[in-house]
Amino acid sequence: MPASPKASDTTGGPGTRSARHGRTITPYLFIAPALAVYTAFMLYPLARSVHLSLFEWDGLSLATFVGVGNYTDILADERLRAAFGHAAAFIFFYALLPCGIGLVLAAVLTRAKVRALPLFRVLVFLPQVIAMVVVSVAWKQIYAPDGLLNSGLRSIGLEALTRSWLGDYAFALPAVGLVGSWVSTGLVTVLLLAGMAKIPTELFEAARLDGAGAIREFFAIIVPAVRAEVTVALTLTIVASLKTFDLIYMTTSGGPGSSTTVPSYEVYRRAFETGQVGSAAAIGVTLTVIIFLITLAVNRISERGA
Amino acid sequence: MRVSGTERTLNYAILIGFSLIVLTPVLSILATAFGPADAAAARNGAFHPSNFATAWVEGRFGQYMGTSVMVALVVVSLAVVLSILSGYAFGTMSFRGEQALFYLFLLGIMVPSEAIIVPLFFDLRTFGLTDTLWAVALPQVAQSVAFGTYWMRAYFKSVSPSIMDAARVDGASKARILVSILVPMGRPAITTMVVLMFMWTWNEFLIPLVMSPSGAFRTAPLGLAFFQGQYTQGTALLAAAAVLVALPVVLLYFLMQRHFIKGMLEGAVKE
Repeated sequence: MPASPKASDTTGGPGTRSARHGRTITPYLFIAPALAVYTAFMLYPLARSVHLSLFEWDGLSLATFVGVGNYTDILADERLRAAFGHAAAFIFFYALLPCGIGLVLAAVLTRAKVRALPLFRVLVFLPQVIAMVVVSVAWKQIYAPDGLLNSGLRSIGLEALTRSWLGDYAFALPAVGLVGSWVSTGLVTVLLLAGMAKIPTELFEAARLDGAGAIREFFAIIVPAVRAEVTVALTLTIVASLKTFDLIYMTTSGGPGSSTTVPSYEVYRRAFETGQVGSAAAIGVTLTVIIFLITLAVNRISERGA
Repeated sequence: MRVSGTERTLNYAILIGFSLIVLTPVLSILATAFGPADAAAARNGAFHPSNFATAWVEGRFGQYMGTSVMVALVVVSLAVVLSILSGYAFGTMSFRGEQALFYLFLLGIMVPSEAIIVPLFFDLRTFGLTDTLWAVALPQVAQSVAFGTYWMRAYFKSVSPSIMDAARVDGASKARILVSILVPMGRPAITTMVVLMFMWTWNEFLIPLVMSPSGAFRTAPLGLAFFQGQYTQGTALLAAAAVLVALPVVLLYFLMQRHFIKGMLEGAVKE
């Protein structure tokens, strides 16, 4: 983050310097209301989560201090290990797959001067604004035993492939994951289109003169040019994948068995259904740390490569 | 750049194919929503706009939409005012601890609701605040303020200091400069922020789910979740309800799509 607090000083007039150098409490007064709400409803609960995570508590009776026990449980508890494994799979479906598709799609659309591009942009971004609950209802209908997907398969003679997609141990996770891909791909594509629009046309023409084909052009010009956009797209979609709650709550409730459960769903289930409040807090804290680390890593990698 | 005919055809094919993938779930839920709700209705033709009215009444969406509007009003108006104030300080003034404080706000953009929801529920329950507007709205104000401070700081930093200096020479106070000059000038940035905050608040699920355990203070997405629980068979009414819940944000999106996409991109690229 290029935070340069001194930047504005150099441009200020001579008479304003002392005022800007903050002997006064004015800036703090402007920040105070926001900081108060933010501290009370974000920072304090976050600290309380860390505290709670060190206890075993059912939400009613006295809590027992267990130290890092709830954290070591994350590694030991099979259901929790599975939840974090599913989160990793969701990173593939929400982030990696859409970025792959988006890169190719945006590259193709950038090379070609298609007229319908603004309309297309508005359209593919649409899943991003529809509430996830609504998205879930729509996809649940598609995946239903007599839903669109199965009728489609039947109509082309692939009756053998039909199944109850969300109730199937092997297929429920990819089925839910693909809903995430559906939501993310538009966002990623729009981001990458914006990045690619900034590439000077001469670069493509020069590459053409050098005899580069579409594939060479893709790897030599397009991908390096949108590194910043890829970083942003990956950050946004990975964070979204790790926060997936409503989709799971609405479609599978983590089932069948625990085949689609994710950390965020386990936070909810443990804190409000099975009375394992400390464990829930520990999962929430772990999730936050993971989000931080991944965000940091994605940004580091892209900076080093640039 | 010259593009061959085959390549252009291929491009349009990709465009159309991809649009179809996006549209299929949207159109299928619309088709279901307008379809017959049961066998009796099926005998009266295939087009049933009355499903929306039935879903509205049976799912009590009048009440839930009212709640959602109230929550959105409180969250957006509070978060916008607080973000403008704090963004103004971060963007135009320099003071001790500025950087540390700013990073503290930045942290809030990344913290997921899952990390704060557990203590929030138990602590607010102790104060008897669960099932109230405040329990549902204030945590979302905190999240929105984290983003809004960041967003408004970027806007205030982009304003030419000479404008502020000129006003200062004329004797305008800091508050006066903000209200009479910077806020009117910043309408595009503020509009984008309002639209984004409204979308996030309207679509939020986990916070209202947890903060209103009795269901007394249920927002529209929650209403839809519980409606789904009741209607395992009647997909037409469920689909109609889903369309109703999505409609306010989708309409706003089509009206303001330029701002919406630009807003998402600018917020993203600066992040």
